[in-house]
Amino acid sequence: MSAHGAVPVAVTRPMEGMKVYNQKLGMWVFLLSEVMFFSSLIGAYIILRFANPEQWAEPGVVLAVPLTAFNTFMLICSSVTMVKAFAAIEHGDQAGLKKWLLATILLGAAFVGIQVYEYIQLAGHGFVPMRDAYAAEGGPLYGATFYTMTGFHGTHVTIGVLCLIFTAIKAFRGHYTEMNYGGVEIMGLYWHFVDLVWIILFTIVYLI
Amino acid sequence: MAEEHGHGTVAASAATEERVAHAAPNYYLIWLYLLIMTVAEVVVAFVSQLPQTWLILILLGLAVWKAALVAMYYMHLRFEPPRLVMLIMAALPLAVLLAVTVVTMEGW
Repeated sequence: MSAHGAVPVAVTRPMEGMKVYNQKLGMWVFLLSEVMFFSSLIGAYIILRFANPEQWAEPGVVLAVPLTAFNTFMLICSSVTMVKAFAAIEHGDQAGLKKWLLATILLGAAFVGIQVYEYIQLAGHGFVPMRDAYAAEGGPLYGATFYTMTGFHGTHVTIGVLCLIFTAIKAFRGHYTEMNYGGVEIMGLYWHFVDLVWIILFTIVYLI
Repeated sequence: MAEEHGHGTVAASAATEERVAHAAPNYYLIWLYLLIMTVAEVVVAFVSQLPQTWLILILLGLAVWKAALVAMYYMHLRFEPPRLVMLIMAALPLAVLLAVTVVTMEGW
């Protein structure tokens, strides 16, 4: 029988099941479904590219690699700040949690901002989904796959930033303690996943 | 708070999970590795004169290794129960299959 309303008890017997709390398992299963989602997009890209290599420009010709490399660096930094936020609340450091959460939000929002800026620049130069030329700057499929993959990823980052803001509001209200930090941990898992996907996407989309 | 179910207990929250004692990873060191590998990727992609196949293998290898570092240390998988790690690893061959199986279909 569960002891409702009792103080947290130390674990005295071996754990059954997955040995992690439900919310963490739930987040991992969700992330695995996201792995399948992004794998399907990347798989479609691979097939389309192999079948129509003439529609892709050389790396760096159309896309701004230095700016996006800096963006990648910022997202990696946001992963560090996120894990520092988690480490802080693991030890009950409320100020640290707030500080590192805010830093993560700033870096994440900056990533989205720079990506939007990049989209505006590309569209301004005529690089849009399904553009019609088979020139050295690439054909219809180049734009289609680029915007699909980076657009879905950018959407995931945006949703992550919104959830982080929600988490930060709860943190500022003192909701998290060293006995109750699961929400920060699973938010961190989502955020690291978003970073992980970008690491793969940046390589595939911008460098190959 | 841990709840009791039959013979064992189920982790009910982050604070009451069974944890393996370990030193906290040096997150900044992992960040440095990620940074170095990102720079290496850009250099390999633009400065080197490698043939295309080698280029793709090296870049993908670096990307996968970076992803593994994030998963192991930032997502804490290095210190999670093996059964959770196995659950996650089980999905990866399926994802690879999804990505490459259609390549073998006729007419692509």
